[in-house]
Amino acid sequence: MTVLLIALGAALGAPLRYLTDRAVQARDDSPFPWGTLTVNVAGSLLLGAVAAVPASPAVTALVGTGFCGALTTWSTLSYETLRLHREGARGHALANALGSLAAGLTAATVGYALAGAVTG
Amino acid sequence: MTGPSEFRVDPDVDLHVPADRRELAAHPVAVLGVIAAGGVLGALARAGLQAAFPHEPTGFPWATFGINLGGCLLIGALMAVLTARPPGPLVRPFLGVGVLGGFTTFSTYAVDTQRAIAAGAPGTALAYLAATLAGALLAVWAGDAVAGRLLARARVGAVR
Repeated sequence: MTVLLIALGAALGAPLRYLTDRAVQARDDSPFPWGTLTVNVAGSLLLGAVAAVPASPAVTALVGTGFCGALTTWSTLSYETLRLHREGARGHALANALGSLAAGLTAATVGYALAGAVTG
Repeated sequence: MTGPSEFRVDPDVDLHVPADRRELAAHPVAVLGVIAAGGVLGALARAGLQAAFPHEPTGFPWATFGINLGGCLLIGALMAVLTARPPGPLVRPFLGVGVLGGFTTFSTYAVDTQRAIAAGAPGTALAYLAATLAGALLAVWAGDAVAGRLLARARVGAVR
């Protein structure tokens, strides 16, 4: 059952990362990878919220491990940073790496605090 | 030889690359289907490793650390191969966006770091935060460098 829930969450999360990335890039032509930052921050916010509430193992598997896990990515983030650095956009590379860390950690903390406040 | 229009930053999808721009309209069901299938495989592999190597809230999340570094090594190698030898239209969506994107995770990294701080282990949190960043960047560079060297050697071999 857990395996099926993880699979279902991932089957939604991975395509949603791709579609979000396309939608963000279609609105903004900059070389900075805003699309990946968007999914990583959104997923960290949601997973922070899931971690704050006494969620059932089924919810954790579906939303946490499956959906948030597949929506967010380190492989894409690291490759983007390598490419930006290679192309001489050192400032963008540094901002992408450190900005993702700061924004992701902030989002996880905010998600945790919000869900904790709502559920008491 | 790839022209400047092939300049790619984002391995998931980069609208500066003409083939990426066209792929969703050309094969919408196939592209989203292989991404979903790859994502499921990657996520289940990640879940299996995390279940096999659990960690306390104050402990170092070794499983996720290894997963993220391994995925970064593989995306570096994969993109080097795909750039040198352009494949069919579903290979990058399946392996890069799906499998490796679903295998690696940023949300678990962020939340585990936040939980370690909240659990009173800021030293572990900082070590995990920094080690993943440094390790991921080193891994993607190494994957790209090793695959690039092997491809160059294969080319020399083919010429002989």
